[in-house]
Amino acid sequence: MTTLKVNGHDHEIDADPDTPLLYVLREELKLNAAKFGCGLGQCGACTVIVDGKAVLSCVTPLLLLKGKEVTTLEGLGTVEKPAPIQRAFMEEQAAQCGYCIAGMMMRAQALLQRNSKPTDAQIRSEMQTNLCRCGTHMRILRAVHRAAHLMDTAELTPNREGSAQ
Amino acid sequence: MNGPVNLDRRQVLAGGGALVVSFSLSDAFAQDHAAAAPKPPGSLATSPYLDAWIRIDADGITVFTGKAELGQGFKTAFQQIAAEELDVSFASLKVITADTLLTADEGYTSGSQSTQYSGTAIQNAAAQVRELLLAEAARRLNMTVENLRTENGAVIAPDGQRLAYGDLVADNMLHVQAQPKSKLKNPATYKVMGQPVPRVDIPAKVTGGAAYVQDMRLPGMVHARVIRPPSYGAQLTECDTAAVEKLPGFVKVVRDGNFLAVVARKEFQAIKAMKALSKATKWKEKPGLPRQDDLLSVLTGLKSKDTTIFQQSDASAVGQKTIEATFTRPYQAHGSIGPSCAIAQLADGTMKVWTHTQGVYPDRQGIAEMLKVPLPSVRLIHVEGSGCYGHNGADDAAADAALIARELPGIPVRVQWMREQEHTWEPFGPAMVTRLKASLDGNGKIADWNFDVWTNTHSMRPGGAGSMLAAQHMAESFAVPEPQPIPLPAGGGDRNAIPIYKFPNAKVVHHFIPEMPVRVSAMRALGAYHNIFSIESFMTELAELAGVDPVEFRLNHLEDKRGREVIEKAAKEFGWQKGQKALPDRGYGFAFARYKSLAAYCAIASEVEINHETGRPRLVRAVAAVDSGQVVNPDGLINQVEGAILQSMSWTFYEAVTFDDTRITSTDWQTYPILRFDAVPDKIDVHIINRPGMPFLGSGETGQGPAAASLANAVASATGRRLRDLPLTRKKIKDAIDA
Repeated sequence: MTTLKVNGHDHEIDADPDTPLLYVLREELKLNAAKFGCGLGQCGACTVIVDGKAVLSCVTPLLLLKGKEVTTLEGLGTVEKPAPIQRAFMEEQAAQCGYCIAGMMMRAQALLQRNSKPTDAQIRSEMQTNLCRCGTHMRILRAVHRAAHLMDTAELTPNREGSAQ
Repeated sequence: MNGPVNLDRRQVLAGGGALVVSFSLSDAFAQDHAAAAPKPPGSLATSPYLDAWIRIDADGITVFTGKAELGQGFKTAFQQIAAEELDVSFASLKVITADTLLTADEGYTSGSQSTQYSGTAIQNAAAQVRELLLAEAARRLNMTVENLRTENGAVIAPDGQRLAYGDLVADNMLHVQAQPKSKLKNPATYKVMGQPVPRVDIPAKVTGGAAYVQDMRLPGMVHARVIRPPSYGAQLTECDTAAVEKLPGFVKVVRDGNFLAVVARKEFQAIKAMKALSKATKWKEKPGLPRQDDLLSVLTGLKSKDTTIFQQSDASAVGQKTIEATFTRPYQAHGSIGPSCAIAQLADGTMKVWTHTQGVYPDRQGIAEMLKVPLPSVRLIHVEGSGCYGHNGADDAAADAALIARELPGIPVRVQWMREQEHTWEPFGPAMVTRLKASLDGNGKIADWNFDVWTNTHSMRPGGAGSMLAAQHMAESFAVPEPQPIPLPAGGGDRNAIPIYKFPNAKVVHHFIPEMPVRVSAMRALGAYHNIFSIESFMTELAELAGVDPVEFRLNHLEDKRGREVIEKAAKEFGWQKGQKALPDRGYGFAFARYKSLAAYCAIASEVEINHETGRPRLVRAVAAVDSGQVVNPDGLINQVEGAILQSMSWTFYEAVTFDDTRITSTDWQTYPILRFDAVPDKIDVHIINRPGMPFLGSGETGQGPAAASLANAVASATGRRLRDLPLTRKKIKDAIDA
């Protein structure tokens, strides 16, 4: 048994220590957002946040996560109470098939947590890790800009719903 | 549709009292007597019962489509169409997509035909259902229909009395055949159609909701992995299962000839078991792949069936200046971000398969044939997957799941392909060669035009079992079906080979190559991608030869009015000017096509920057104009065209499947690189020319060809060098600059 902190809650995980975080999230914790894309750390569909940093969960074994905090897209907000990044992606309709989108959002979220006013060049550079095949890139970039703006606004009004940090 | 009552329109008309008076009586009689009665529009022609499309019951109003949502967003568009013509709120409807038990058989979701066929069927069915409801209300109120109106899910009487649709529908009232004509709404009164309604599927996708077949978790579900042969035609000679059987979570090895799979309780256990079993197997491989670096000779050297698909002559037009060019396209991958996945369960005598296939009915046929069971004992249910862009591994994964689930009765089996499996086993977009030759007359107009295209079939989709890998690999294997060309006007490899422009002399020959050394099938736009790339590159070359601006040159040869408007719109919005000079190392490109010569029109102007040192191309900006008839959801349409431009840019600048004489060697994103964010343009603008009341024209693939040619023309404009061998890589551009 390994204790793993995900989205603010401790979980007892019954999986081999070499099991990649992705399978723990999807199978043991029944979380959908992190996606299997390559299992090789090449596409970013599995991106989650570990201690504030964007991490590729498909190549991160459970044993490396002791004492660390994992955040997935589910931990940011809900349809009813979306986080700024989620609101932004909805408002920009930034998805076609949407399979890559959860990973995109987590990488963007990690960026915005450490840099609330990124330039367009910084966003593009950060998102370089993640692949989209439908060609939704323009909307993804717009959504990240919008999320930055929404987060800024949210900081000014601390009670605003969904400002999960 | 469970145990359908055989009640046709005539019976309803006979027993329906006032219904007869109000609802298209003359049409109904005409249908009885006319030998060649006009068919109702869209897919109503093949699935004519209204309740195949719309049902109203205690659950509310449900719309059914036989098409599969692949990320195009049509589920939202169809909900808009139905809400509009039914006069109900958008939110009060739900849409059920492809399911062999529940929905009409609409074949494949392909060829940009969903809105054209299914959307049209839903639009007309909804309008006719609304008429039936009005008639029923009139009968109950003893009034004429003219005194009644509909609003927000109810029929309203002049005194304000409301009869809700749900109360008006009784028994099988909607189980009637559609009429050829519907009383469609006046587009000027549309409230929901034409609006950028937010997509219904996006909220779940951005909050971690269950949105894909990959997200399904059935009680007691186990995980399977297939161990595919290392190359086409490899034979399994040794397979020692002893070690893998001792692994934790092991459930079963399923072997049937060259089909090999392992099942475990948990997913990562299945992956470990797959790796272990893979090590414990030996395969006999044989080289059989062609030379990847010389596809031009390979394709033109294979035996072909040649058909002249277009010819016209006018001896009065005589060419003076002639040019020739050859264009090539490599095999290219669909490259879905999520590898294929399916879940199958054999229970109560039925094999149920949840799949992201594009064709639940044809797949059902293939799986039933493979399992040697009757069709009704197989049910396929479409659940969204990662975007497919054509025939990827989806159908194969569905067959894999069914073959494994048959060995584990009662237990749901989830098969997830690995990245390397999707990259090496998906059926690729076929390689192509085109050869063009044309002459200009003394006035700078094209006098004669010759176009030859060499390629394989562009669809090996299932129908029979032999199209599925599992069925090909099992001991009693099914042979790969004989490849067939897709008939014109849509065409396959010859899609868009016949030019939309008017030339006095023209000849177009399709060299159909039956032999398929590499596994191929349908990829977004089929042959249109390369044919338009070739035609539109060559048009710009001819414009240069004539000394005429490329936009003007196209207009000089185009009669189609809507096409001209699309070209003019894109040029205007881009700021295209005759003789314009781009910044140093930058160039402008232009291209146009009407997809399939019968679907949406699309023109794209682009600006490309070339890094002179490295040769690296970057799309700076693109402006597209598109006419897809009546627009249902403008934002959805823009999203599709933006995506088409970026995906086509990725194909055009970067992508080629690689192989040695035996194996596919592009196995992942390192060896098959695609577009990343550093190459994303500054701006893409898509301008829609809406055509209120006109038929829906498919638009999901309309951007692929024009984008490729626009980029190639911009690269030529920036470098002064014409590249005709796809992809237009950094190295090829650099070599051309240095040459």
